Amino acid sequence: MERNENIIVVKDLVKKFGSFVANDNLNFEVKKGEIFGFLGANGAGKTTAIKILSGLSKPTSGKAIVAGFDVSRQTDKVKKNIGYMSQRFSLYDDLTVKENFRFYGGIYHLSNKEIKEKTQLMLDKLGMTDYRDMLLKKIPLGWKQKLAFSVAGMHEPAVVFLDEPTGGVDPITRRQFWEMIYEKAEEGTTVFVTTHYMDEAEYCERVSIMAEGKIEALDTPAMLKEKYGVKTMDEVFVKIAR
Amino acid sequence: MSVKIEIRQINKVFDKLEALKNISLEVNPGELFGFIGPDGAGKTTLFRLITSLLLPSSGSITVDDLDCSKDFKKVRDLTGYMPGRFSLYTDLTVEENINFYASIFKTSLKENYHLIKDIYEQIEPFRKRRAGDLSGGMKQKLALSCALIHKPKLLILDEPTTGVDAVSRKEFWELLKRMQKTGITILVSTPYMDEASLCDRVALMQKGELMAVDTPENIVKKYSGDLWQAKSNNMHCLVKDIDEIGDEIKLVFRFGETVHFTTFNTDKEAILKIVNEGLETKGHSGINISRVDPQIEDCFLALMEG
Repeated sequence: MERNENIIVVKDLVKKFGSFVANDNLNFEVKKGEIFGFLGANGAGKTTAIKILSGLSKPTSGKAIVAGFDVSRQTDKVKKNIGYMSQRFSLYDDLTVKENFRFYGGIYHLSNKEIKEKTQLMLDKLGMTDYRDMLLKKIPLGWKQKLAFSVAGMHEPAVVFLDEPTGGVDPITRRQFWEMIYEKAEEGTTVFVTTHYMDEAEYCERVSIMAEGKIEALDTPAMLKEKYGVKTMDEVFVKIAR
Repeated sequence: MSVKIEIRQINKVFDKLEALKNISLEVNPGELFGFIGPDGAGKTTLFRLITSLLLPSSGSITVDDLDCSKDFKKVRDLTGYMPGRFSLYTDLTVEENINFYASIFKTSLKENYHLIKDIYEQIEPFRKRRAGDLSGGMKQKLALSCALIHKPKLLILDEPTTGVDAVSRKEFWELLKRMQKTGITILVSTPYMDEASLCDRVALMQKGELMAVDTPENIVKKYSGDLWQAKSNNMHCLVKDIDEIGDEIKLVFRFGETVHFTTFNTDKEAILKIVNEGLETKGHSGINISRVDPQIEDCFLALMEG
């Protein structure tokens, strides 16, 4: 696969709930290995779009291709080729670290051998081998989020969707989390991420900003700041979303 | 009508976990006081102690001269509390929720309408809608209306802006500022460091401990060492490469579009030279290094690293 290959292609995508237009004619592409920031105010339509791109909801009209599969017709294949984590839903609190890896590995049809090897590899990398038998609820949020990100990428998906992965995480762990994102993208995984931390918008290669169902801006952080004549992404966001 | 709060040597232990370790601080009447810290800092536990929903393992808290453990009924009467998780009745309508909370405190929406007018007006068109069917923003406004309906002298807001977008967060803080003018004492917790500058004073918390209590201006002023920002054409490797330049470079962190680092050598020209040359050797181009004023997040990172 080439780096400039499109992993996500969205064309004229519309999603309506009754008369309410949640996604109003979205058009964009995301490349292989790109870190793509998907920003917008609460209620702008981000969650609706992510649900469609992950095969959980069907568009009213238009088209979206994820990892080469049509999200309307090939939902199973889409789901096999993506990873997902969010602040609200990630791992199971009543399972141990190892059990969570096993559970998700099983869902994605990895063999027992693969699960064992990957669990060991990922825990070593996180420096968390000693915590393998600890219940997840005993583990601090920052570590949990790092584990959840590892699990979301366990089956080597083409795209990982991260929905506010760093909410409430301390500033050091938040930065370590972004190091993990960079590493994952470097390996060729596309990272599709939402955040309310505007400094994190700067860490993305390209950023889109949604308002009232539409994508109002899409470019590199540097270009967006230049276009709107401001110094920070926070100011860009306020100009578009307010 | 404002109340002051005194927290004296509070410890709270759950099983073996020390959720709060020897916390002492005072909040002045009418102050907008922020508790800033990540998940697990102990912010919610402290709020639950002040609202008398938990008892301390040791130490005491008073609101004016009322003890939060012994005089809890009186403390509750003068406190409005908005928990972090939406805790109203989802199958009651907006109006029913307000009326319910008003009646618990022996008042009514009609009697105290003026207190919440500013906020309630925005959700009034949906007064017949069930609370469970409201959007996140509207739920928050309903919860705040319910917390204010009995004319509390103390308002406690647990992470009201978590998961809220940058624009709505700004609007919420403007609302808090307006509310503060009525004389109410406000305690608010947040994991967003940039919100600290909007408070009169803040407590920076981490793992059950207070790292600093002061005005945001003073916290920033007390930053020790010289803070720098750096950019280059290879932002990806910049943190690692600056870190490797030498022992005189401390606290290297990505900070938005730049990298921040701290030095304690007063010879600034020498530092500039060392870093510039160090980065050139490692193949960076477009290097731009300059001094920068610290933000609360810089202070928090420095305190975390000890």
